[in-house]
Amino acid sequence: MSGQIPILKVKGLTKKYGEKIVLNGIDLEVEKGKVIAILGPSGCGKSTFLRCLNGLEEVQGGDILLDNESLINKSTKWREVRQRIGMVFQSYDLFPNLTVMENILLSPLKVQKRNRSEVEAQALELLERVGLADRANDYPRQLSGGQKQRIAIVRALCINPEIMLFDEVTASLDPEMVREVLDVIAQLAEQGMTMLIVTHEMNFAKLVADEVIFMDKGNIHEQAPAEQFFTNPQTERAQQFLNILQF
Amino acid sequence: MLNSGISVLFEGVNLERLLLGLLVTLRVALIAVVISIVMGILIGIIRTSKSKLVQILFKLYLELFRIIPILVWLFVIYYVIPANFDLNLSAEVVALIVFSLWGAAEMSDIVRGAIISLPKHQTESSKALGLSVSQMYRYVLIPQATKRCIPPMINLITRMIKTTALLTMIGVVEVIKVGQQIIEVNNLEHPTISFWIYGFVFFLYFVICFPLSRFSRKLERKWAT
Ligand SMILES: Nc1ncnc2c1ncn2[C@@H]1O[C@H](COP(=O)(O)OP(=O)(O)OP(=O)(O)O)[C@@H](O)[C@H]1O
Ligand SMILES: [Mg+2]
Repeated sequence: MSGQIPILKVKGLTKKYGEKIVLNGIDLEVEKGKVIAILGPSGCGKSTFLRCLNGLEEVQGGDILLDNESLINKSTKWREVRQRIGMVFQSYDLFPNLTVMENILLSPLKVQKRNRSEVEAQALELLERVGLADRANDYPRQLSGGQKQRIAIVRALCINPEIMLFDEVTASLDPEMVREVLDVIAQLAEQGMTMLIVTHEMNFAKLVADEVIFMDKGNIHEQAPAEQFFTNPQTERAQQFLNILQF
Repeated sequence: MLNSGISVLFEGVNLERLLLGLLVTLRVALIAVVISIVMGILIGIIRTSKSKLVQILFKLYLELFRIIPILVWLFVIYYVIPANFDLNLSAEVVALIVFSLWGAAEMSDIVRGAIISLPKHQTESSKALGLSVSQMYRYVLIPQATKRCIPPMINLITRMIKTTALLTMIGVVEVIKVGQQIIEVNNLEHPTISFWIYGFVFFLYFVICFPLSRFSRKLERKWAT
């Protein structure tokens, strides 16, 4: 399957907050079905990078191409792009006023105007897959952090995105709940979902990622196949980073 | 004798007049509350806008009603406007205007506060799911903000009902004014009359406001989590 046109292409992406440069010309190509782990020290711009990809942040330069179509122009309909590029955040961001099922159905019904019974069936199947089918009618406050995060993933998946962005989705979970969430993402990788995953879980990244990009100070400092990056990082900074985490 | 006063309360149409006065009080309060809630929600949502001009303009509007006493507003609109603009407004209409403007300003502050106190990621995840701004308000932000709004809104409504007492000052014949009239007529014959009449007025305010205040506290506790 390699050699095909990348589904997502990023060219010289630049993001500034005022004078401060947060992303300094990021270049990246993502092929369909690939899993990319994004690593790097705190504040290097990982979250900002993901947020630029679905238009949550305005960019100051460069281009993003989804299926060869530029997203950086005035006529971009970000609401449509967001249905193709799903995102799950670090905070458990379910809507507390809605039940689990209502959370999942909201966008498919109101944004995509899909048929209720069809979406419900899909939602139940996805819930089944993450082991939470029996919680469909619960409110978010009745769930643990790990359960909420799995529901948030289901909610994003039910829109049928082509690409998923994960921003440290296990970072605020209790350690014993990290596994159940990572398992869900690993499952997705197996099914061929294209994903960009920001994580601090090195073993997980090693396991599911095809490729690693290591960011530092708004740049991609090193980019390599996962296997190679973890066994034989090329740059000194990446070596340091891995050493610190392996301690 | 203390007892002689109480009989006046039930003499002739006195009781009926007092209750009719109360009706005027409640009519002004109720209409103003309804207008305030509708306008307050609209203005409150507008005030969450990022535009500095919008923020400052509405903040100024709110502060005008906080800094200048309501009584002064009533006098200004009741006496100054007709004199200068050849416009005759009845006291009750003036009361409605002032109370609605005041109520809307305070309501908007409650609504705005409730919306901006919602965690930012509620907005972000709404957007990431492709919701439009109006869908985000309708399905996510307003339902959550409503819970936070209702207890302080009820408190404000109680305050508005109590503040209608000022309306006697521009001649609205509401419950206090009626009370004063009854006292004036009967004062010589029954020196304790004012105790009974004002006591009754006190009781009426209490009967209306106490359940409201209890209700809001109950909701507050119920929704605390
Ligand atoms: N709204 C903002 N205004 C100004 N600066 C910001 C804003 N958001 C982020 N930044 C800055 O941009 C830089 C990159 O932030 P970002 O959140 O993308 O880092 P990160 O790599 O995700 O870090 P972490 O691992 O801590 O999540 C940081 O230096 C941060 O201080
Ligand atoms: Mg981050």
